[in-house]
Amino acid sequence: MSRVLIRGGRVVDPSQGMDAVADVLIADGRVARVGEGIDAPEGTETVDASGLVVAPGLIDVHVHLREPGGEHKETIATGARAAAAGGFTAVVAMPNTDPPIDSIALVGYVKAAGLRAGGARVFPSGCITLGQKGEQLTEIGELVSAGAVCVTDDGRPVMNAGLLRMALEYAQSFDLPVAVHEEELTLSRGGTMNEGIIATRLGLTGIPNAAEDVMIARDLMLAELTGGRLHIQHVATRTGVELIRAAKAKGVRVTAEGSPHHFTLTDEAVEWYNTNAKMNPPLRSAADRDAVRAGVADGTLDVIATDHAPHHYDEKEQAFEDAPNGIVGLETAVGLAYTELVATGLIDLPTLVERMSCAPARSMNLDRIGLGSLRPGSAGDVTILDPMAEWTVDPARFVSLSKNTPFGGRKLRCRAVRTLIGGQTAWQYNA
Amino acid sequence: MSAAPTSFLGKDLLALEPLTAEQIRLILDTAEPLKEISERQIKKVPTLRGKTVVNLFFEASTRTRISFEFAEKRMSADTVSIAASGSSVQKGETLVDTARNLEAMRIDMVVIRHASSGAARFLAERIESSVINAGDGKHEHPTQGLLDLLTIRDHRGTIEGLKVCICGDVLHSRVARSNIHGLKRLGAEVGVCGPLTLMPADVDALGVRWFNRIEAAIEWADVLNVLRLQLERMKGGFIPSLREYNRVFGVTRARVEAKQGDLLILHPGPMNRGVEIDSDVADGPHSVILQQVTNGVAVRMAVLYLLAGGPAPEGGDA
Ligand SMILES: [Zn+2]
Repeated sequence: MSRVLIRGGRVVDPSQGMDAVADVLIADGRVARVGEGIDAPEGTETVDASGLVVAPGLIDVHVHLREPGGEHKETIATGARAAAAGGFTAVVAMPNTDPPIDSIALVGYVKAAGLRAGGARVFPSGCITLGQKGEQLTEIGELVSAGAVCVTDDGRPVMNAGLLRMALEYAQSFDLPVAVHEEELTLSRGGTMNEGIIATRLGLTGIPNAAEDVMIARDLMLAELTGGRLHIQHVATRTGVELIRAAKAKGVRVTAEGSPHHFTLTDEAVEWYNTNAKMNPPLRSAADRDAVRAGVADGTLDVIATDHAPHHYDEKEQAFEDAPNGIVGLETAVGLAYTELVATGLIDLPTLVERMSCAPARSMNLDRIGLGSLRPGSAGDVTILDPMAEWTVDPARFVSLSKNTPFGGRKLRCRAVRTLIGGQTAWQYNA
Repeated sequence: MSAAPTSFLGKDLLALEPLTAEQIRLILDTAEPLKEISERQIKKVPTLRGKTVVNLFFEASTRTRISFEFAEKRMSADTVSIAASGSSVQKGETLVDTARNLEAMRIDMVVIRHASSGAARFLAERIESSVINAGDGKHEHPTQGLLDLLTIRDHRGTIEGLKVCICGDVLHSRVARSNIHGLKRLGAEVGVCGPLTLMPADVDALGVRWFNRIEAAIEWADVLNVLRLQLERMKGGFIPSLREYNRVFGVTRARVEAKQGDLLILHPGPMNRGVEIDSDVADGPHSVILQQVTNGVAVRMAVLYLLAGGPAPEGGDA
């Protein structure tokens, strides 16, 4: 019987309202006991966590692992290890690969590759529509049976409102969240950054906030109409946050994400044509950034998700309009969330754990298999954080295959120092 | 920038936005006497002898390319012009590879035209040679802005205090951006006129006023700079039809004649006669369109000369 005893840390577990110095005993991959002064029998591995924070394993419900089809950017194995290095014990892999994950075989492929990866647990998602073409629903029930935890056409919106209505209704047979990338394509049309004075000066085509807002409004109405579970990805606008807040107050079943780059940066980061600040939805104004922060703080945005989007450096080394969207996020997320939200007094540490572990688990039904919690019987996934750590982002040290980040050189506080998955140390920080 | 500034202007000319009034005036003052060279029997001076200039045109533009080629040849530079079609660029060579190759060939100057905003800056940041932006996407076209300034100054004596209205598709126009920055820097009041569908977001934050009627713009302005309307804008839904555009926003003879006082009319060409400008206006007494072409060569000679290390102004605090 394998045992790990994590001793003397500040155990922060909002799933059981806990914030106290305690020991955590994991036996045979599951949490056995949490409490003061736990005695460990002979042969127990002990981890000294004094001065550190012991949290249920962090979960990122929005990552792009690029396999199959983009293995030069990231593979399931490198992505899973990068996740563990960032303190994540589980990730949900987006299905916009090449080919897209729209069949039972492909879901099975991602799941199997994740099991072999030796990093964070990898949960596949499946497409809403075949080939993400927005025309015909995938065999959603089959995808679920193969292991998909949600369906999404992420990277693209579902432009056909009637089809999304069907998805929200159909997915209820499986109590499955339908995750949506909100972008009205006739409004964003060819835009490459936020619409505003910076885009005007740089001569880049802007994407108005309304491109995101009208789709959020539409889909909240469809969620209300159908009673389905809507999960809105990477919210970047102030009106988007307001709409979701109002819908939640009405009882609409919606969860939503705020991304570290959207609560940290504004479109000023694009100047002068910084392709590492090119993403979709784009970085927006200070008012939007502040609204995303406030949304994460009050829980309108339940989940902090990275939208980890690796690209090979050659692909970002282009004129801005020709470069692909996205930045890597797994290894900077905890530091950014702590530095921008906790250290600034916007949220406390338990709220950070709630947004990065408990809520993500619930949003994708992963709480049902014991993730996002340290209650006895739960999965034995633990992230140990050092909130006093001060470090500087050095992309060259990323475990991820790709290094595309706008945060190189940024000083951050707090980092994951050990990531345990099923009681096994999957990653440990060596200074 | 990868290299230390080599002249009062710096290493490159990428945009008018970052230039000071003094730098802009230096270019215009340098261009002034160079106009005379084009009047000579033998239109050549040895100023750039031994210098190599590459004209890299990733986007078709016969007028700008020829203007640069004339300027380079009249200064005795060795020149090579590369058009995108038929070059390695079409075969998938990236801008980075192009930059590396140029660097390896020890080129002194590169003139680049590219469909992507920021492409000229991208190149300039990666090579030691001077880079001149000959138009990048919807960003800037600084030598066009400078030749417009020179033409206006020729006719009005000064830019300061003039009211200049840029008419038409400001949204997609690199000419408009260079004009706005250059004119404002030299003290002009700047207006823009056209439907809001063709205006960039927050255009007023650039310090310009918007006219929704061409009649009001003409009444207000001392100078009109009429932009070319790309005919595909109609298909893109930016305007209902070319006919309507001419009816509502066209610079017509009747509208020009209704104006009290002087009016100077510029157009960067090529013109859509009968769309944004009527023929009798383009060929009429207010038009200085052909002088713009002449001034274009002089301005480009001045820029080449100054970037090649031509003197800073007396007492210039470069
Ligand atoms: Zn997305």
